Amino acid sequence: MRALRLAELLLLLLFALLALFPLIDSTFYTQLITKVMIMAIFAMSLDLLVGYTGLVSFGHAAYFGLSGYVLALVAPQYEAVSLWWSLPAAMLVCALFALITGILVLRTKGIYFIMVTLAFAQMVFFVFHDTKFGGGSDGIYIYAKPTLVIAGFQVLNLEKLNQLFYLVLIIMAAVYLLLRRILGSTFGRALLGIKENEHRMRALGFPTFGYKLSSYVLSGALGGLAGYLAAVQYGFVNPEILSWHQSGAVLMMVIMGGMGTLYGPVVGAFAFVLLQEVLSDQGFLGPVAKHWQLAMGIFVILVALYLPQGLAGLLRRRKAEASDGSSDA
Amino acid sequence: MLPTALANAQSAKLRVGLMLPYTGTFAQLGTGVTNGFKLAVAEHGGKFGGREVEYFVVDDESNPGNAPANANKLIQRDKVDVLIGSVHSGVSLGIAKVVRETGTLWIVPVSLANELTGPLCAPNIFRASFSSWQTDFPLGKVLMQRGHKKVVHITWNYVTGQENLAGFKEGYEKEGGKIIKELFVPFPQVEFQALLTEIASIKPDAVVAWFAGAGSAKFLKDYQASGLKGKIPLFGSGYLTDGILDAVGNAAEGVETTFPYADDLDIKKDKAFRLAYVKMFKMQPDTAAMLGYDTAQLYAAGVNAVKGDVANKVAMIKAMETAKIDSPRGQWTMSKSHNPVQDVYLRKVVGNENKVVSVASKALADPAQGCKA
Amino acid sequence: MSFAFFLIQLLNGMQYGLLLFLVASGLTLIFGIMGIINLAHGSFYMVGAYLAWSLAGMTGSLTAAILIGIPLTVVLGMFLEWLLMRRLYGRDHLYQVLLTYGLILVFEEMRSILWGDDVYGVKVPDLLNHSIALTENLSYPVYRLGISAVCLLLAAGLYFLIKHTRLGMMIRAGASNREMAQSLGINIKLVYTLVFALGVALAAFAGMINAPVSSVYPGMGAQVLIICFVIVVIGGIGSVKGAMAASIMIGMADTFGQILVPEVAGMIVYLLMAVVLVWRPEGLFGRI
Repeated sequence: MRALRLAELLLLLLFALLALFPLIDSTFYTQLITKVMIMAIFAMSLDLLVGYTGLVSFGHAAYFGLSGYVLALVAPQYEAVSLWWSLPAAMLVCALFALITGILVLRTKGIYFIMVTLAFAQMVFFVFHDTKFGGGSDGIYIYAKPTLVIAGFQVLNLEKLNQLFYLVLIIMAAVYLLLRRILGSTFGRALLGIKENEHRMRALGFPTFGYKLSSYVLSGALGGLAGYLAAVQYGFVNPEILSWHQSGAVLMMVIMGGMGTLYGPVVGAFAFVLLQEVLSDQGFLGPVAKHWQLAMGIFVILVALYLPQGLAGLLRRRKAEASDGSSDA
Repeated sequence: MLPTALANAQSAKLRVGLMLPYTGTFAQLGTGVTNGFKLAVAEHGGKFGGREVEYFVVDDESNPGNAPANANKLIQRDKVDVLIGSVHSGVSLGIAKVVRETGTLWIVPVSLANELTGPLCAPNIFRASFSSWQTDFPLGKVLMQRGHKKVVHITWNYVTGQENLAGFKEGYEKEGGKIIKELFVPFPQVEFQALLTEIASIKPDAVVAWFAGAGSAKFLKDYQASGLKGKIPLFGSGYLTDGILDAVGNAAEGVETTFPYADDLDIKKDKAFRLAYVKMFKMQPDTAAMLGYDTAQLYAAGVNAVKGDVANKVAMIKAMETAKIDSPRGQWTMSKSHNPVQDVYLRKVVGNENKVVSVASKALADPAQGCKA
Repeated sequence: MSFAFFLIQLLNGMQYGLLLFLVASGLTLIFGIMGIINLAHGSFYMVGAYLAWSLAGMTGSLTAAILIGIPLTVVLGMFLEWLLMRRLYGRDHLYQVLLTYGLILVFEEMRSILWGDDVYGVKVPDLLNHSIALTENLSYPVYRLGISAVCLLLAAGLYFLIKHTRLGMMIRAGASNREMAQSLGINIKLVYTLVFALGVALAAFAGMINAPVSSVYPGMGAQVLIICFVIVVIGGIGSVKGAMAASIMIGMADTFGQILVPEVAGMIVYLLMAVVLVWRPEGLFGRI
């Protein structure tokens, strides 16, 4: 119990620090942290599948990109689209795509599941890469950021970096709380049960397919949420955000951060993006930075070897020591 | 006496942002552009407009997804005076999105995308290389002069490939030629056997191809291995035979391409450039190095005209627009849409060199469709 | 399409399929039989190609390069297994994914430092540098037919190794139950080291033998990585037969896809995989 409180305390602290961050008033770093938080949302959405349902998806970029393209295609060229309907629309498209493909892919398990999710994501990739309606391989612009208007009053101006930053921060916190709520419920415990032993859960009378499908659809919709925000941030979508590299990157964030915890993916997203920033910064490291891939690769290998629970395991190990070494379940 | 602000501006270093691929498939091009740029700076005594040049470098990994963030890093954090980048067209489109909002001076050193100096043109956007259209349009006339009236075109199925096809088609059809089949290979796949067999069954007068880098190397070798070489002549835009001749043996021998640069130009500036480059970097320059060199020359023309006061954007841009660049590829000027007006050569591969056959098109300007500036 | 050209396209598809099998063969062992998810497979392929290029440059012969290169890659494989892979066997497969992802980055950077970022060519050995005329303007290079022959030999060898040798028996025993195999007195550690090294050497061998055709260039590993996984998975994990069937299927689908439905040629491989796996969730020849 004490351990749990420590983690939550740290999260609250992180939230507070982030909330104060724009006060530093550095345009670039505010944008960078906004981007990292979007990746954190994306990673959390994937962890719902990987860490809690035992379904390793290698095609999660499909939702990230699909939702960005929905925004790009519904946004008129010279005026702003309303966030009120474009965000739900983008998430709905993702949820629908997840529902249809989910029915098919959930027939498979393990590595077959990994590959069949990849297959569907690659098909989406090629639809946007090889045809012209989304700008083809060059990508497409979103000229004006969506507006949020309540009763004729503009609540948010997303052209302002700080407002976008806070919107993303709040959404990240909300997604965290939502997932925590869901995972703490009977539904969440059933998912964990399926991850541990699906046969037993089915024998106990749980409609496991329905549970898995719900998790898959929710994960897709939340992945779409992250993709929508990313498209809003830079106003540019390109097929690369649908590619397997992107699916791979977010999977690495989840594994490196720590699967099966909600803060793990957040830690993973921050570590993954910020570490690359630091390692490839020639102003900071000089010419060595040219070889950033080497340092990044060694770091990733060390995490895989020595942190069996990912970076979040660091937190957990200390927790275990704090609670007199009593093992937590 | 100068006002103090201007004096300060002139004593501070000139901040140059290089956003190029230093890892991955295009790493060689990123390095070439960087070296070429540095050579030009060194020839100016390390200073443009009296100000020492300082570099801020970002590896763009040829990833368009990160392009706006990377451009922002140079513009917002490092406060660069000019942004140089990139190779991958998608990355350059990502940069375009950012600089059109911030107004930062941007010079494209390599990217081919027509759009950059077409619909996206702006006072602060320049290109020192050439558009897709420029390298392909002159080829049509060459083919018709040779009597090749029916050809097959083959390229990767992505925007740059389609742009090159369109540029060629416009020039070729204008002269009365006909493309009897347009073949596409999924990008970036390099398995050509099926389509080469298709070409053999169609028996066109000639084949026109657009590939680049390792894709070009594989295509040239496959074309030879399938026995088509010597039976159906092969043409292309310059990247088909650029930077890979050492890798393909004699597979490229006799292939003719149109391109604004060549290996044996009889131009004094080119000889001097090649000599200086070898001396500084202990290796031969490539097209990317030449483009990096010209990028720096173009920027120097602007900065020198305002004596280092880059805040005086209007005058600086004016100077860049009217500059006559004494380039290794031959002298060029800027078009209204900020894309070089340049000679395009017809070249033929002899040994491991692209040798000039003739000037395919003199002072060719990109039509800049959609540019409203 | 005339009948003659149809036959030539069949040959193209077959030849491409066999090439894919060659490239995926190492993964069939490491991933299919041992169950290690090895994302660095493409990197080993790349290492092989670069070794072929640099060793052929030194010795002047591709054959010599292959003969020197293979022992080197076996040692590399054994070293990596000893240093890294064996620490992960008892843990969630996803840590193998993470570790081998790190390896990709390391190999890619080492390649850039050691060999540069240029495109290099390797010469076809003179002995095989001929072609056979098929039609008036089309011919088939002997070297590629040679590659196909090597693939067939390799497939037969792998099949025999796994089904009919003592080592194969030990591998299969180890893959299905590590503890049990160990208690039966099989030195499972050694077996794993050997098989991993063999897988690495196979991937590298594919890179070497294909280098004269494909050229040698940065990013060549990433380009083959996904297709290799697709082959092993469509075929059914653990099945050499399946991998072979899947390779030919994909070779054909790609060849005819490019001619008949060029609009969707890019996604045809993935479409095929999705259809196969939805129809047979354990792959074509998978153990149910």
